[in-house]
Amino acid sequence: MSKWVVDAENITKVYQMGEVEVHALRGISVKIAPGEVVAIMGPSGSGKSTLMNIMGCLDRPTSGEYSLNGESVANLSDDQLAEIRNRGVGFVFQSFNLLPRATALANVELPMRYAELNGRNRKEVSRQALEAVGLGDRIRHRPNELSGGEMQRVAIARALVNDPAIIMADEPTGNLDSKAGDEIMKLLRTLNEERGTTLIVVTHDPEIASLTDRIISLRDGRIKEDN
Amino acid sequence: MNLGASLLEALESLSSNKVRTALTMLGIIIGVGAVIAMLAIGTGTKQAIVGEIEGIGTNLLFVATNYEDVTNPEPLTIRDAEALNDPVFAPSVAAAAPIVQGQAELTYASNGTTASLVGVTEDYSRVQTIELSEGEFFSSTQVNGLASAAILGTNVAEDLFERSEGLVGETVRVNGQPFRVVGILKKEGGSDFGSSTDDQILVPLTTAQARLLPRREHNQVDLIYVSAIDSDSVKSAEDEISLILRDRHNLKLAEDDFIILTQELFLDFASTVTGVFTIFLGGVAGISLLVGGIGIMNIMLVSVTERTKEIGLRKAVGAKKRDILTQFLIESSLLSVIGGAVGIVLGWILSLGVGRIAASSDFLLNPAITLNAVLLATLFSAAVGLFFGIYPANRAAQLEPIEALRSE
Repeated sequence: MSKWVVDAENITKVYQMGEVEVHALRGISVKIAPGEVVAIMGPSGSGKSTLMNIMGCLDRPTSGEYSLNGESVANLSDDQLAEIRNRGVGFVFQSFNLLPRATALANVELPMRYAELNGRNRKEVSRQALEAVGLGDRIRHRPNELSGGEMQRVAIARALVNDPAIIMADEPTGNLDSKAGDEIMKLLRTLNEERGTTLIVVTHDPEIASLTDRIISLRDGRIKEDN
Repeated sequence: MNLGASLLEALESLSSNKVRTALTMLGIIIGVGAVIAMLAIGTGTKQAIVGEIEGIGTNLLFVATNYEDVTNPEPLTIRDAEALNDPVFAPSVAAAAPIVQGQAELTYASNGTTASLVGVTEDYSRVQTIELSEGEFFSSTQVNGLASAAILGTNVAEDLFERSEGLVGETVRVNGQPFRVVGILKKEGGSDFGSSTDDQILVPLTTAQARLLPRREHNQVDLIYVSAIDSDSVKSAEDEISLILRDRHNLKLAEDDFIILTQELFLDFASTVTGVFTIFLGGVAGISLLVGGIGIMNIMLVSVTERTKEIGLRKAVGAKKRDILTQFLIESSLLSVIGGAVGIVLGWILSLGVGRIAASSDFLLNPAITLNAVLLATLFSAAVGLFFGIYPANRAAQLEPIEALRSE
């Protein structure tokens, strides 16, 4: 285990939008230690989603060095990045992104299927993950039979199953009422304490950010504050 | 991901939109059904034609004068036919029967008709299946004695007498000359290729030569039917006939002034014709299968667009390009393979139906579904699913995860 889970060195990201070059990130350096709970904040267009995509290996930086768990991603192929995401990162999205036709159990199982783990084991691990998020009695339910908070719990269970080093939550409470949102944040913190999983929450809500230990504020693709 | 799970997932996904899945499959079902039915009908037609030709008599050869390639050929005569009946020089020949044929005007009382007149010898019944419903076939005495005797086909009898029974002993006029009816041919019915014996009148060869169908030379015949002793001897019979006739016609180095036709020749020709026919039918049906395949591609493209977000999520949680590609290829292949299976059944039902219709109109056609046709259709439909699935699946696999996730 390297000293840093996230180690970004002077990262830039430039998008080509037609004729115009958009500088989403203009040189960002961040280090995050294992077990930290970090919020990334900033107004829209500040580059926080771009940063999360790069940290979560969904995207590559235009320049700069990025290592996840001590492994540099610079020269990896798409499929190798997929493997790193599969084993190293758990994603929680604002809109849950569950497969609508699959049961909670099948949704949670999905990352393990791509990890090619054997079937019996998969079901057991998925069931335990659903129990860990308090949905042990809902494993056969489909997303349309679950409330928003429950759907987000399924998504969290899905993020946990491959025991990743880091959980990336992009506005995890954005589609939830405040009570359900609080519960989700509480759950994420509990999981962080119990398992030591690094947690990175992208949000524009100061209240959510205040529940974390460290807030990185972005503005115009640069770090404005980090404390 | 293992294959079993992928198959289950694909089935689930297909069953989530049943109407769309059914309509997409319908294209393949019709395509495969058409291919199967058309090939079956083609094969059935071929078998019917081959059966018809074999029904003429398996060991039969025809010897005719070669008017095509030779100027002034020496015509075939009764003597030629007698020579072919010689068991010493032609051991493979069971019987040789010369005939002359033409048209004749028949009258009885106030009824008249035109029939195809065949002058035959007593040996004719040894090379053709002759069944009489009454009376007896010509004897050698009648043939040698230029008897005014006639055997009528049932249609001819009906035309003249308005019945086809109890006619032996009646007198008909053939080209104005009186002939005594000595027999009636059994009704042959249905078909066919060439004329039916129902429309024929048979008279002794000698009588026909002398009084009804005069030829340029005395004893001249139009055709000699030869039957070989068995079907393996057809080839040697052909050689013997050729040797005897070349000798008798004094040909030495000249070209044959006669031609020998065997059934093999007809069979070859029929096979070629029906083969082309089958390929043509199958090709037309194949086009509908192609259209079905394009339907699959179309619906898979729609499906990829609809599920962009799902693809993005799958990629985010670790699906590789290959995983996505397989997922969509399995879906399109399932569409075409299931469609193909149903299509085979449909094709089978269709060809049964065609067989019934053909049977009810007296044409004996038994559509035959061959294993080859089934394998061909199965393989072809699976290939169609794969081929037309590749483009949409590849499009899905190439999606960028962040852009796919961002889509609504």
